[in-house]
Amino acid sequence: MSALPQTPFNTGLYKRRKITNVIGLALSFVSVTIGLLGLAWILWTLAVNGLSALNMDFFTKSTPAPGSAGGGMANAIVGSLMIVGFATLISTPIGILAGIYLSEFGKTSKFAQATRFVVDIMLSAPSIVVGLFVFALAVATVKHFSGWAGSLALSLIAIPVVVRTTENMLALVPGSLREAAFALGAPRWKVSLAVTLRAVKGGVVTGVLLAVARMIGETAPLLFTALNNQFFSTDMSRPMANLPVVIYNFAMSPYEDWQKLAWGGAALIALIVLTINILARVLFRSKLQA
Amino acid sequence: MSANASTPVAQTMTTSTGATRQSAADQARLAAKVATFSSQDRWFERVTFLFAALVLLAMVGILASLLKEAAPALSKFGLGGFLTGTTWSPSDDVYGAVIAIFGTLITSAIAMLFAVPISFGIAIFLTETCPAVLRRPLGTAIELLAGVPSIIYGIWGLFVLAPLLQQYVQPLLIKTGLPIFAGPPLGIGIFTAGIVLALMVIPFTASVMRDVFETVPAVLKESAYGIGCTTWEVMKNVVLPYTRVGVIGGIMLGLGRALGETMAVTFVIGNANRLSPSLFAPGNSIASTLANEFAEADPALHVPSLFALGLILFFITVVVLMAAKWLTARGTRKAGI
Amino acid sequence: MKFAKRILFASALALGSLSAVQAQDITGAGATFPAPVYAKWAEAYKAATGAQLNYQAIGSGGGIKQIVAKTVDFGASDDPLSGEDLTKNGLLQFPAVIGGVVAVFNVPGIGANQMVLNGAVLGEIYRGSIKTWNDPALAKLNPSLKLPDSAITLIYRSDSSGTTAVFTDYLAQTNPAFKASPGAGKTVNWPAGVGGRGNAGVAANVTKIAGAIGYVEYAYAKQNKMSYAAMLNRDGKRVEADDLTFAAAADKADWNSEPGFGISLNNQAGEKAWPITSASFILMHKAAADPKRSAEALKFFKWSLANGGKLAVDLDYVPMPANVVKQIENSWKDIKDASGKAVLN
Repeated sequence: MSALPQTPFNTGLYKRRKITNVIGLALSFVSVTIGLLGLAWILWTLAVNGLSALNMDFFTKSTPAPGSAGGGMANAIVGSLMIVGFATLISTPIGILAGIYLSEFGKTSKFAQATRFVVDIMLSAPSIVVGLFVFALAVATVKHFSGWAGSLALSLIAIPVVVRTTENMLALVPGSLREAAFALGAPRWKVSLAVTLRAVKGGVVTGVLLAVARMIGETAPLLFTALNNQFFSTDMSRPMANLPVVIYNFAMSPYEDWQKLAWGGAALIALIVLTINILARVLFRSKLQA
Repeated sequence: MSANASTPVAQTMTTSTGATRQSAADQARLAAKVATFSSQDRWFERVTFLFAALVLLAMVGILASLLKEAAPALSKFGLGGFLTGTTWSPSDDVYGAVIAIFGTLITSAIAMLFAVPISFGIAIFLTETCPAVLRRPLGTAIELLAGVPSIIYGIWGLFVLAPLLQQYVQPLLIKTGLPIFAGPPLGIGIFTAGIVLALMVIPFTASVMRDVFETVPAVLKESAYGIGCTTWEVMKNVVLPYTRVGVIGGIMLGLGRALGETMAVTFVIGNANRLSPSLFAPGNSIASTLANEFAEADPALHVPSLFALGLILFFITVVVLMAAKWLTARGTRKAGI
Repeated sequence: MKFAKRILFASALALGSLSAVQAQDITGAGATFPAPVYAKWAEAYKAATGAQLNYQAIGSGGGIKQIVAKTVDFGASDDPLSGEDLTKNGLLQFPAVIGGVVAVFNVPGIGANQMVLNGAVLGEIYRGSIKTWNDPALAKLNPSLKLPDSAITLIYRSDSSGTTAVFTDYLAQTNPAFKASPGAGKTVNWPAGVGGRGNAGVAANVTKIAGAIGYVEYAYAKQNKMSYAAMLNRDGKRVEADDLTFAAAADKADWNSEPGFGISLNNQAGEKAWPITSASFILMHKAAADPKRSAEALKFFKWSLANGGKLAVDLDYVPMPANVVKQIENSWKDIKDASGKAVLN
């Protein structure tokens, strides 16, 4: 083997490259620290200020008058549960069936492409614009705010999530499963519902859970649809108390009792959303592994 | 596989023992069953089509109602006049969108200015330098944080960040004398809103960037490492160029979210319908104007003008989203090497 | 699938049955000025009769809008409607309580009633011509007070507000330059500053921003232990805000001089009169769309006007004087159902 020409080792260049690397990685580490610290700080403040407000009264008493001590968020919690509950009942079947259409029937048709595009937009559209639409549709027309309008606004936000997840899940089902069902003589609808959908049940439930988590935290669409109600009410046809709007009003007020309750409400929402997200992951992962 | 009609029920054909004929009654029953299945399937398709159409209809409805409600304002001021009007005055019933659009764009710009480098850093860390055992939990933590509702960020911004900025950061920056840092230290204002938005956008953009970075084929990175590149050089010269389009798409998705964000901004933006060169001044974004003024809008053109603002916001976010989609689609198409 | 179906059905049933329960409630919306006392009245009324009042404090402008749109049973506004507007919309107007507006501020070291202001100076502050706390005009009124050299941040109402109307009306009366610009009204073009929603929002902002000044109904200043200014009234006397000085302002009022009792109590003569005082008004439709609900609303006000006096005084509001209450109750006969019968007998 002949000797290869030796190029002199450029220690200067090597040093510079090393230093650049260290600086770059240090910067990236710093940004991780800043980003994660900032987010941890938020959760920490939430825990400190909010968790202490979550006592029995918080869950059992209604919102107090301004400047009155005591009270809780019972009406807001129940109101949110009802509004989100009904929105889930509305959006789940619509979302799943629309997802089935896109995946099983529409496929690549122009209509299906248009619908997918619309779903994409609605997924990231500002939720306050949805609130405007529902106001014009369901509040101005009947001339009063209502829990129903709030549910309608929230379901418009949840439907795209469910559609997208259902469609993605259904696409994962192997064609052989469908064909086997058809070969046994099942009608189309039975294959879709009892075989294909059932196969991805876990994933679809995950999608619904994520949609619920999203709805719970949404404030803007409820601002001018469900408005607010300082008393305990289960009448969906009238303004309804709900956690996000109450938190917003209380946090912007000067009353310390109200501000404490606002923190408690925020902590509760964060807890619920994080729990649902974790649950959805666990469910999904177990379904995938199974 | 048949496209729409159901396949017939399995018929009892000739069995191994021999003669089994379809009686007329059997055949009739079979035909009836096939017909039922066919009609059931047609109905099923119709129903699912209806629901899919409902989704499409909802979007059309949103657009139509925004246009209809905004019409009186747009016809009074003209689209150009409304877009360039710098007065937003309910007391004079004169409205122009510049203040709100400016607030939206500036707060989003500040947010992206802080969020993009930090998200980059997080994504780089998660894909390259993070010890393997921490990778999953950290990644999951970031994704979970992306789901935290914006009202949480807003309330934290109001009670924690604003007083801190007012006491420590703003006086320092005001001393520099720069016009963008002029004015009394209020704590709330456009700058604070931008920072809160940045914190909100970071988990989201960091996850997207991390996902995009993970699509880089290992062979590309390994070959770069193999010839002696440092980690930083691999990121800069291999990963980033490869994922450039996807990264930009991710940034634009984050931007789209920042533009439309309501609650994180409304708490701390200060609610002032005034233009000011200083970042420490209070202002208004489109979403915060809507949140603050809609329920109480009184004079004749106020509500239509608010709807017109909503229309503008919708349009801005749709354009940004479409651009992001197009870019990310191009990015994934290039994925195969 | 079966299990999921069962869960779905059960929850739908539960939710459905919950929502079918109809709440017996009166809905009202409007001014934040009287909201603290309305809240106390509603609490007591609920304890006494079981009926509940759902009052949304969204500002006087919002209250007027809601009642005109018939989305609530009554609207509340501190800025009375003119006779013309009342007839145009078929509304009946009556005052429910009297209160006062104070200037609150956040200057470290200066507490309640330690600073004195008058209309002219307050007007200059809110015109933006007085920009710092140690301005000579302020020092002249407060020679013994140590005023810091810090910027004044104006806090105003971002929503359409009767409190703004009352406040700016007073400033316009006492400061001709203020009258020219920004002028009086429920919303005005303020030269600078930060907006807050409702009296509560203004109070919150003043508490948070050092050097801020704002205008709120007195109950908000008191409840939040804020610093507020004493005023020099029309007679040149220094007065402090409380229910006695508000009552002194209302003392010689001629309630019948305007339709719907819509008089202004600002800048009244009288040694003890608080210069920025106002009644807060209730608006209801004369032709009752839902006679039962209108009757319930009237019953609430009848009870509050008769029994809510102490609760009002506790918050330093002034209950309507007895002779005016009689006239108010008389005017309720104009609220009639479809057959022409008064809803409240």
